Amino acid sequence: MTEGTAVAEAPANNLGLEQDLSDAVVGTWADDTEPAFVIAPDRILDVLTRLRDAHGFDFLSNLTCVDYQGYGGKLRAGIDARLEVVYNLYSTRRGGGSIALHVRVPENDTVPSATSVYPGANLQEREVYDLFGVNFDGHPNLRRILLWDGFHGHPMRKDWHEAYYEEDAKPFRSRHPKGEYAFHEDKLPWAKNTTYPAGWDPDSWQEAVAYVPVSQAPQHANEPHLDTESIVVNLGPHHPSTHGVFRMLTRVEGETILALEPEMGYLHRNHEKIGERNTWLMNMPFTDRLDYLNSMSNNWAYALAVEKLADVEVPERAEYLRVIMAEFTRIVNHTWSIGFILNDLGALQTPALYAIEEREMILDLFEAVSGARMMCNYMRFGGVVRDLPEGWREQAAYLANERLPRALDELDRLLTENEILKARGRGVGYLAVEDLIALSVSGPMIRAGGLAYDIRKAEPYGIYDRFDFDVPTLPNSDIYDRYYIRLLEARESVRILQQALRDMPEGEILGGRGGYTLRAPEGEVYGRLEAPKGELGFYLVSDGKTQPWRYHVRSPSYINLNALGPMSVGYKVADAIVILGAIDIVLGEVDR
Amino acid sequence: MFGTGLLKGLGVTLKHALDTFEDDRESVPDRYKGSLDLGNNRRVIQQPIDQEGLLTIQYPEEKRLLPERFRYIPMLIWDSEKQEDRCTACGICAKVCPPQCIWIVRDSDENGKPVTRCSEFYIDAAVCMSCSFCVEFCPFDAIKMNHDYELAVYDRYPQLVYDMEELTVPLEYYAALWPTQYEEEQARRKEEEEQKRKQEEEKAAKAAARAAAKSAAAATDSSTAQAAPKRSAAELQALAKERAAQRQAQAADAGGDDAAAAKKARMEELKRRAQERARQRKEESGQ
Repeated sequence: MTEGTAVAEAPANNLGLEQDLSDAVVGTWADDTEPAFVIAPDRILDVLTRLRDAHGFDFLSNLTCVDYQGYGGKLRAGIDARLEVVYNLYSTRRGGGSIALHVRVPENDTVPSATSVYPGANLQEREVYDLFGVNFDGHPNLRRILLWDGFHGHPMRKDWHEAYYEEDAKPFRSRHPKGEYAFHEDKLPWAKNTTYPAGWDPDSWQEAVAYVPVSQAPQHANEPHLDTESIVVNLGPHHPSTHGVFRMLTRVEGETILALEPEMGYLHRNHEKIGERNTWLMNMPFTDRLDYLNSMSNNWAYALAVEKLADVEVPERAEYLRVIMAEFTRIVNHTWSIGFILNDLGALQTPALYAIEEREMILDLFEAVSGARMMCNYMRFGGVVRDLPEGWREQAAYLANERLPRALDELDRLLTENEILKARGRGVGYLAVEDLIALSVSGPMIRAGGLAYDIRKAEPYGIYDRFDFDVPTLPNSDIYDRYYIRLLEARESVRILQQALRDMPEGEILGGRGGYTLRAPEGEVYGRLEAPKGELGFYLVSDGKTQPWRYHVRSPSYINLNALGPMSVGYKVADAIVILGAIDIVLGEVDR
Repeated sequence: MFGTGLLKGLGVTLKHALDTFEDDRESVPDRYKGSLDLGNNRRVIQQPIDQEGLLTIQYPEEKRLLPERFRYIPMLIWDSEKQEDRCTACGICAKVCPPQCIWIVRDSDENGKPVTRCSEFYIDAAVCMSCSFCVEFCPFDAIKMNHDYELAVYDRYPQLVYDMEELTVPLEYYAALWPTQYEEEQARRKEEEEQKRKQEEEKAAKAAARAAAKSAAAATDSSTAQAAPKRSAAELQALAKERAAQRQAQAADAGGDDAAAAKKARMEELKRRAQERARQRKEESGQ
């Protein structure tokens, strides 16, 4: 592709679309890391519908936006429209790679909402609306999601600067120019960040409590002949059952939930904006803080995306080390999650403490190898940063071969046949697996609904194709199955660990360019892996500089919350707590 | 039969209860068997990987044994052999720091010319995210991760902004905390120094040969006689030695200054603590 011609002559047939839709494709970025197709905004729904129905792309994995104002690279120099909405579609039946669709719109323009085709676009479109200011036509509930109504501006736009803004990119010039120490905050005491949107008055503002769909819920669902009233109840944000600061806005009649709407953003720190000022490598320790239970998986997902973009080779031993760390992480996450599902069911502490005994052992191993129990910061582009200390492999092998299988069996004996767990869990929180996929839910949730979709098998990354393991499924899609699937998956992780610890060769652990001066070549990439909670993806755009132009996290915790409302309707308030617990969210990743 | 699942589960909890009960009745419970007793109920405990159950560590009397690679807040290394800070104020640590919590001021000599030494070095421990990038990328092994995690103070400023004095530790302290890595590093440093010395010797030999050739040429060609006489390799080495002696003398003189004396005392104290820790480790590995 020559310079300045971002849009090549439309080879629409690559997308496999029929003749009647071929004019919808207005261009493609064939020279990009992954082929991406630019679609005319008014045809996007037709294309999405056709791809879903006729081509099997049933899973809208990632939906985000990029602001190209001031873009310095050459590849996309021809762009005149400022904002670009990106869709990554996958097929859960077939597996394999993605189709990336792009829709370009000028500032303040509207894009048709994809929610009518993929209901899972709900939260993601709200996030784009909130952070970029793109309006989605036909979205049922287009409100800000991470920020509050009185927030002025759209922070992910390139011309928006935060309150303590210093410079566009790190490293900053010295913060300590004349030997005088000063807090940066003091230089800018509430000067710029107290503007409100036009026509918005903080004094008269009241939060609307009856959001769609809570406001549209039936007033009398169960007892139409009685003169009863449904009421709106807030569960959270400060509540032990919400696993952090998270609010469920419910309309209840008696104990029965008529509608439920998740409210989030209390822990929002604009992770992605920070990521765009950081250099590529600096983002690595920041990913630890997303899903803070699973920093190893987060590290790997980010490294995977950057390696794809910059074409970095990973040595054999490092691949094994990554698998070992990721599978230990999965066991940590699943035992933790099992413990807390039981906690939410009212089995306070005993199952949770038994479940996390081995977690302590695994965290000790993480600490011995990486220096920290949870914020591991262990992976680099092209491998891992430190080799194993003496005796580590033997200890890990002891855990994988003896202690973990025993502990999982014990957990199984303690819980699985328990009549109370069955009574509370069977049939509660049911949602058909087709609906879950349409809602972009991933991970153990859909496998508990009977669909064996696991990225480790569907689109193998790393060296997962070398290991002998199964993808367990359960048929019922209720919270009992969501509990049990995690136990089964932890067993499979143990199997992978046994093989990996047995086969791991000696050798290099860090190949290629692992340094802090990495300049990723221009292009975009979407890299994903099967994190313990579901599909964790990083969408990156590089303009060839030392910082990413766009750094987006497709976090499973956040997108799985799409299903919380539909799953909870019709069940009791006490069940909603467990339904949330069985989704297994971490607020660090939800709010970002 | 209804209820068998419950009974099975209760069996598991009963087993756990009995195990703990039995263990607690022993004169030395299992959880204290491998631990290092510091007296007065103070212990350093590490749970063995095959120890069943989960130990409760009675912090602050009892503490976990930290692995060597444990990272918390960085520290600066004072090279006790050479009597100088290893830091050369190159600023790489400040550049790679993700939250940008390091500030360095490069020192200059009396003529205002910058030198490879920092006059000030700050780390804002309230901002530091313990990622260890500064350690990874330091080319001079001058910054390392400290294990000291008990940093609670009442005010963020200035207590949590560590200056050079608070950050600097002697090499022995580092060697005690990170024995394996220290050994590897020393071996590597020695090798590098050896190579450097060899290269310099070769260079000096070559220069001497050139100088000899030149002086021979000068003897025959009067037009180059006015060129400044080149110093021989032996002379250069003597000069370098002299400078090193001067530096040492300066360092010794600085001991008269109050601040420097305080720092020296501090270093001695840290050294003592490091030695104690090394002794503890030794005892423990002997057990």
